[in-house]
Parts: sequence; C-alpha cells; structure tokens
Amino acid sequence: MVAAQSRLNRLVSPTLSRHLLLALGAAVLLLLLSAQIGAYEDYQLTAVAIFAVATAGLTLLTGLNGQLSLGHGALMAVGAYTTSLLLEGHELPVIVVLLIAVLSSGLIGILFGYAAARLRGPYLAGATLTLAVALPQVATRYKGIFGGEEGLTVTPTSPPAWLGADFPPERWLAWIALAAAVVTIVLLANLLRSSTGRAFKAVRDNEAAAALAGIDVARTQVLAFVISASCAGLAGALFAYWSGVTAPAGFSLSLSLQLVTAIVIGGLGSLAGAVWGSIVLVFVPSFTSGMASTLNLPSSIANNLPLAIYGAILVIAMLMVPYGIQGALTRILRMGRTRFGRSPADGHKGVVDWDDPALDP
Amino acid sequence: MKSVMDGTASWIRGIALVCVVGLLAACGNSTGSTNNSGTNTASAPGITATTITIGSTQPLTGPAAPGYSEIAPASNAYFQYLNAHGGVFGRKLTYDYVDDGYNPTNTASQTRKLVLQDKVFAIFSALGTPTHLAVADYLNSEKVPDLFVSSGCNCWNDVSKYPNTFGWQPDYTIEGKVLGQYIKQSISGKKVGYFYQNDEFGLDGVKGLDDQLGASSIASRQNYVPTNTNVGPQIAALQASGAQVVVSFTIPAFTALALLTAAKLGYHPTWVVSNVGSDVPTLTGLLTAFSKGAAGAQLLGGMVSDTYLPLISDSSNPWITLFKGIHDQYISSLPWDGNVLYGMAQAYTLAQAFKAAGRNPTRSSFVKSLESAKLGSGPGLAPFGYSSSNHLGYLGVQVDTIGADGTQSTSGPVYTSSDSGPISQYSGSTSSPPANGIP
Amino acid sequence: MSRFLILTLNGLTQGAIYSAMALALVMIWRATQVINFAQGAMAMFTTYLALFAIEHGAPYWLGFLVAVACGLLLGGIVERVIVRPVESAPPLNLVILTLGLLLFLEALAPMAFGGQIKSFPPAFSIVGLHLGASQIAFSPFDAFTLGSVLALMVLLLLLFQKTNLGLRMRASAFNPEVSRLLGIRVGRMLTLGWALASMVGALAGVLIAPSLLLYPTFMDQVLVFGFTGAVLGGLDSAVGAVVGGLLIGFALSYVGGYLGSDLETVGALVILVAVLMVRPRGLFSLQRLRQV
Repeated sequence: MVAAQSRLNRLVSPTLSRHLLLALGAAVLLLLLSAQIGAYEDYQLTAVAIFAVATAGLTLLTGLNGQLSLGHGALMAVGAYTTSLLLEGHELPVIVVLLIAVLSSGLIGILFGYAAARLRGPYLAGATLTLAVALPQVATRYKGIFGGEEGLTVTPTSPPAWLGADFPPERWLAWIALAAAVVTIVLLANLLRSSTGRAFKAVRDNEAAAALAGIDVARTQVLAFVISASCAGLAGALFAYWSGVTAPAGFSLSLSLQLVTAIVIGGLGSLAGAVWGSIVLVFVPSFTSGMASTLNLPSSIANNLPLAIYGAILVIAMLMVPYGIQGALTRILRMGRTRFGRSPADGHKGVVDWDDPALDP
Repeated sequence: MKSVMDGTASWIRGIALVCVVGLLAACGNSTGSTNNSGTNTASAPGITATTITIGSTQPLTGPAAPGYSEIAPASNAYFQYLNAHGGVFGRKLTYDYVDDGYNPTNTASQTRKLVLQDKVFAIFSALGTPTHLAVADYLNSEKVPDLFVSSGCNCWNDVSKYPNTFGWQPDYTIEGKVLGQYIKQSISGKKVGYFYQNDEFGLDGVKGLDDQLGASSIASRQNYVPTNTNVGPQIAALQASGAQVVVSFTIPAFTALALLTAAKLGYHPTWVVSNVGSDVPTLTGLLTAFSKGAAGAQLLGGMVSDTYLPLISDSSNPWITLFKGIHDQYISSLPWDGNVLYGMAQAYTLAQAFKAAGRNPTRSSFVKSLESAKLGSGPGLAPFGYSSSNHLGYLGVQVDTIGADGTQSTSGPVYTSSDSGPISQYSGSTSSPPANGIP
Repeated sequence: MSRFLILTLNGLTQGAIYSAMALALVMIWRATQVINFAQGAMAMFTTYLALFAIEHGAPYWLGFLVAVACGLLLGGIVERVIVRPVESAPPLNLVILTLGLLLFLEALAPMAFGGQIKSFPPAFSIVGLHLGASQIAFSPFDAFTLGSVLALMVLLLLLFQKTNLGLRMRASAFNPEVSRLLGIRVGRMLTLGWALASMVGALAGVLIAPSLLLYPTFMDQVLVFGFTGAVLGGLDSAVGAVVGGLLIGFALSYVGGYLGSDLETVGALVILVAVLMVRPRGLFSLQRLRQV
C-alpha cells in the first residue's frame, strides 16, 4: 500500500509527468466530447481551442511577465497569412504548416520584442496597439502577395481516409486544434514552473531586484514576447484553416482587444483562466444574439442589442468578479483557509500597479 | 387456412399499394418543378409543409452598418407582405438574417451556424465581397443555393467554381463600362480622374472605365480605404492633376467626404459616381449640415450616376408605389432610400425564383430552375443574365443625372454588357408589378 | 498650392483633432492612471446628444453647450458609478471595463438615435480661406479647431500647474493615501478629473464630427491615433499630448500623400517605435528610466 502510494507519488510529483497525465486525461475527455456533439458544435469547440492557444500565450506575457500587449491579433494575422501563403496552390501536411507559422510569428516576435523591450505599461500598450492597426494594412498594400482586402482563401483540410468517408471535417479540425491547445498548455505549464517562468514573474514584480539578482531583464522580456507571439502565430494558423479566409478585416484591432478581454475575464496569469476566457469569447456573443432574436424589436434596436448586452456583461464582470473566473473559483476553493481575508480593497488606489502580488498563481 | 390466405392477399395488396404510391411520389419529385398543384412536402432542408427558411449574413453593426443594415429588414418587410398574401405556395417564408459586422471570420462562423444548425434552405443576399468570399467555397461544397449575393463583384459569375452562387446587382465592370461610354459621348474632351475604393469594388469599376476611356489617358488615379476617412491628400492630388471629371467608385460616406473636401479646396469637377455611392436621400442626409445656403443641393447638382432600378423619387412608377406602401406599412421607422428599395427588389426576385421552382423544390432543382426559368426583370430596368453558363444578375444600367435642385432624372437608354463584350443598347421595356405585388 | 503645403495643412488639421483626443486621454491618465478606451465612444455619444438638440430647433452654440455639459456629466457619472469600485483592482480590469463601456455606448447610440450616418454642422465655414488669389486647404473651421485645442492645452496647463485645485488633483493621483491625510477629498478629485477629461473629449467630438460625419464608430480611428499621439508625446504631459497628436497628424498626412494612403498606419507605427526606442516614456517624459 505504502509502496504503491510512493510509486504513484514518484509518478505524479515531477512537474512534467504530472502535466502529461493531466493532458492525457483532458485529451481523452475532449476526444469523447467532440465525438458526441454535432458538426457545428465541433466548429465552435475548434474556435475555443484556437483562442485558448492564443490566450495562453497572452496570459503568460501579460499576467506573468507584466507586459500588456494590445497587438496579438496582428501576430495571429502573421500566422494566418503564413499558412495561407504556404497552402496557395499546394498541399502540405498540417503539422509542417503549423510549425512554419510558429517560426514566422516567433521571428516577428523577436523583432518587435527587441524594439519594445524597454517599454512599460501604457507605452507598450500604445506601441502594440499601433502594431495591431498597422500590420493588416501591409496586406492591403501588397495586394499581389497578400490578396488585398479580399484576402487569401484556404481550402479546408479533409480528414484522412482511415477515419471513414463521412467523418465530418469539422471534427477533424477540432481534433487538430484541441491537440495543439493541449500541447501548448502543457508546454507553457512546464515553463511556468521552471526557472524561466520564475524569471518572468520576478521581472514583473520588481525589475530592479530581478536585475540585481542576476536576471537579464531585456532578454527575459524578449523571450516572453517571443513565446507569446509564437502561440499567437499557431492560433492564427489554425484560424486560417478554421475560417477558410485570411483577410485584413478578420484581424482588426477588436480581435486584439478581445484576446485581452478573454484573459482578464478568465483570470489573468492563469492557464485555466485562458481557457475560461476563450469559452466566454466564443459562447457569450452567440448567447446574447440568440437572446436578442427571440424578442420582436425594431431593427435598429434588435441589431445592436447583443453588442450592448455584451458590453454591459464586461462592465458588470469587472465590477463583480475582479479576479476573473479562475480567480473566483480559486477564492471559493480557498474559503475557510487562513489566507482568506485578503480583500481586493488592500490594493493601491490610483497608482500604477502592474505587478499585483495577489495574482500569483 | 382461409384466414391465412386472406392475410397473405391483403399483405400483398398493401405492398402493391405502397409501391404504386412510392412510384407516383418519386415521379412527382424527380420532375419536381412542374408539379404546381398538390400538397406541400418537406422536399429539402429548410423547407417544411408550411415554412421555408432562408438565411443571410449582413453587417448589422460595425462601420459598414450605416445604410447597409437597412437592406435585410427591407427584404423581410417584403416577405412579411408576401406571407400575408398567401406566401409561397401557401408556405410562410422565414428570413433568418444574422450580423457578421463585415468581418469575414464572423461570416464564416455565422454561415456555418445557418447551414449546420438552423438548416436553412438557401443563403440569400449575403452582403460584401471579402465577407462572402470567405464562405462561397463552403456553400458550394455543401451544395447550398447561394442566391443573389449583395455585391457586384464579377467573382460570383463562375459557374464551374461556384455552381450554386448567383449575383444580382449589376457587375461593377459593366457599370464602369457604361459610365465610361457616357463620359466619352457626353463629356468628351475633358481630363478625367478616378477616385475609387481600394478593393474589388473600385478595381473592377476601374477596369470597366479603362476599357472605354483608355487607361493611359487618365489624369490621376486616387484610391482610399474605408478605414481611413482622411481623403484630403487624394482630392488635392486630383485637383492638382487638372481633372475636370472625377469618376467615383465610392460608398456613400466617401462620396460625401470627397464632395466636402473638394468644396474646401474650391475644386468643382463633374462627379460621376457609381450607383453604390450615389443614393440621393443618403447623400442629402450626409450633407444637410452643410446646406446652410443650399450648399447641400449645390454639392450634388450636376452629379452623374447610374441606376438599374426605378428612381426613388419617381412616385409615378408603380413599383415605387408598391414598395413604398410596403415600407410605410412594415418598416416606417427606416428612411425611404436606395437601400430599402434594393432589399425589396431582391426579395421580389427571390419570390419570383420560388414561384418558378415549383411547389416542392429541392436545392438542386431550385438552382436548375433559376438557370432556365428566364425570370422577368421585375422592377429592374435591365434583364437578368441567369442561364446555365451565366450567373450574373441585372446585365446593365441606365445613366441618370442630378439637377441643380437635387432632383434625379434618367438620361439615355439602358445599356447592357458583359465583362469583356461590347456594350449594347437594351430595347426591351420595363414591366409593371402584378396586381397585388406578388409574382 | 504645392503638394507639400497641402499635406502640411491637412496634417495640421487632422493633428489638431488627434491632439484633442490625446489631451482627454492624458488628463484621465494623470488623474487616475487609467487609459480610458471609452473616451472616443463617450465623445460620440455627447455629439449625438448635441445633434439631437440641434435637430429639435436649438441653435448651434446651444448644441455645443449641450455636448460640453453632457461630457462633464457623463465623465463624472462614469467615474463615480463604474470606475470607482474597480479602482483598487488590477489595472487591466479598468482597461476591460472601459472596453465594455465602449461597446455598450457604440451599441446604445444607434438604438437611441438610429444607425444612419448623420451630418453634423460645423461652427464656421468649411470652405478654404483665400490667400491672395488662391484658395488654401485651411478653412475658418479648421482655424477654430486648432485654436480651441491650443487654448484648451493652455487652460489645462494653467489648471494643473498654477491652481490649488490642480495641485490637489495631482496629489490625489500621485499618492492618494497621503493626500487623504492632508485633507484632500481624493474621491472628488478623481471624479472631477474624469469629468474634465470627458468634457475635453466631448469638445473633440463636436469639432471632429463635421469633417468625419457622425455615426456610432466614427471616433474609433480618432481614439487610436489620439492614444498613439499621447504615447508619443508622453502620457504625463499635456504639451506632449498636443505635440504628439500634431506629429501623428503630420506623419499620417505625409506618408499617405507621398507613399499611399494604405501605408499611413505603418508609417505611424514606424515613427512611434523609433521615438519610443530612444525615449521609452515619450518625447516629453518627465522621468528618466532608471538604469540598473
């Protein structure tokens, strides 16, 4: 009994194997889920997985490393355009395309990361916001390569023959996206627990102290940016397969803002929060538009009601659930423990506090 | 023994009866479109005995919404009128239009929802070129009829690639050719400049213009993107080039911005504007604040445009009377402008297509019937091009001009053309609406 | 007129607009350390209210006053009701809050006023002034816009640097706890900061609407470039906001005029990144980045 327990301990306590076990369990569950639901639900599940990849990278950058990026939609565009260009006229295995997209967005991440390494807070936000607005314009400018406003189309990937002739292509794409999401989250979870992850947090919490402790701050910032850019690129590549078209209008500033919204609503700094945020991002808008269509209203009201409700939900969520869904869940779980008693009112009023220790996962 | 024999005989009779009924039903369905009497059946996804459901993606919110968000409610108003007068073979037409915010990603997911979850019979009036390009492949691979795309891109006329997709409004290139011909004939000898939207809309139009005017003779070509409302540099460049005629392939907001900027610079060329951007009620609304001292009408006076539907202001036209009546009854909170007329005219064409497709169409029989039925042009001034080799809608336009007092009047005959062929005068006449406005 | 002169004047008038928005953003930043992404939408809403008044018979300047008064009110209400409860939460929450407010207002406006694009009257003529024989690309209304922005900048500078009220507002932002101990009603200062900033934004909306046309999302572009200008100039400085806004206006105009309108935002990005690499806190930053 004791031997079995210690053997289980030896399996579970190292970070990697613990994460791998969890990932395996999650993968099995998701596989079963995707097989039970219809094609449209698989399509929505794919969207959740894609956003989870992007938000996981973004929550690492913003929550754990303290760099606010309002431009990750543009980095998704890099991955999507890489995919569309690679697939123009020839077929390539999905895994190859995804890896190349990760590389290309990682490269852009290095470029921008170095430029932005010295920027903090709203200055970095401003620079990344301009990136979000400017990068899609490159596609409009170089119409010949990037297809201009109409963009490039991507032929959907068809399931391999061994799955059967009437295996829905939506389910196959869901499997690819879910696999990518699970792999990304496992890798990032391991990174969080490693010394690199601790360096990220150290720089976020106190840059001067981290530098004095021997951490190369600029390199850490750039590394965090590159990792999150690569995640965004991977998400963008999957996005291209999922939506079938890669056009500038699909990667507007609002996409970048949606990603930031997702990580905050889900719970900043936590990978589980990134998943919650993606679920909210995909399902709440369709929920609100479904609600609005059941009422019989004049068109100018009916058209805009879903958006008004969505905006109101965001405001109310920030008022009532300031630490996001994961934060709320964690607090519920910690109820009764001694650490409960730290209320959000203990924060700083009115002064920049980009490093809230209350968020330490 | 007798009872067993009886049982066997009735069993055989039953089978025979079922076979006969089945054969009759099969015969009925395979000829589909010609069976105009009889009972309604659920002959296709989205069609039940009592309803037909069609779907659409529209920019109901976002930057493209002003103006265009009126089109679907206008179509819906016509459908409500249709339903109140018997519907389509007694079925009620339900129009399920959803918002995509002019974002191709949203179009992709909303279209899949319409097809996979809401199971619509067809997609109707999907709006936007980049948005619809996102889903044209998907709809055609799922063999969903993709009817009357709200876009003048010639990309919808590709029978081999998109066999189920049909255009409706005149192709931008055809429009460019007719406008170019008008300039050549009626405003000759002047320097011409272009101001166009930097996407398929503007570029296709320019292709048609160049075909008639000669690409090398154009004094200046300026373009804009809808996300950037500062058109000062472009208008200034047109002024500097000495262009006395400016052809504008612009959406209404940018027509107004161009006019205002030109007024600021003291530049007053003759404006030749695509029908997309020349709706008089819309433009007047955009310029009213500047019309202290009648600057608004002044700005519009002398403008040349083209139309393929009766003029909004033509209250003597029976189609206008019909549609305005429906507008006043069902959607009086919306302004009466070109977008509403567009939506209703499209809806009328759909009603025509359903009537031609017969009582119990399937998706493929509907498409075939649209190709062969030679639909009347309804309120349109030009004929439809629908055939097994051509999926273009209205084949031509008629030039119109706006007078100094802001009233619009048509000028010259209706011309039809194709993307690469010659322009020919259309000598057919326009039709009147049927008595109760239902085809 | 030479191309360069036209582009310069065009840049000046566009830049004045971005400066006005940048001023509003900088004011809120200095008062509460928040980037108010809803600033543009709030200005849009007050502009719609002004148009409502004008369409129902009010003379132009009364409508102008309506916009300014509603701006004050809206800013104060937003701070007191929505922003105050969240002020001690992680700063990103405030970003999301303002984004939610932006979406809400951009949906509320067409519901209340209709979704069509509307025309907003200018205070003065938009026809270019005559300089000798030629007509320049600068109208009386452009002069009014530029003059208003500069006057506003001077007034705000005076307020913050020379008045007791300004000192109290700056203290509340810098160290609320100590300010409270000194008897400053910190909460009221924050509300006042937001109210004033929103008033500046409302003014910007009324100045911009004539040339951009009024529709629910018309301030989005202005917000983005106003924010870029504010960052470029340094978020701590009102002068920086104005200079930054003008610089962005010039940059967009020159890049658009000489290289093509589809490269404008790329030009803005390059300039912004170039400036920030040299001065990470903007051109007029007050603090030096501490080197370790």
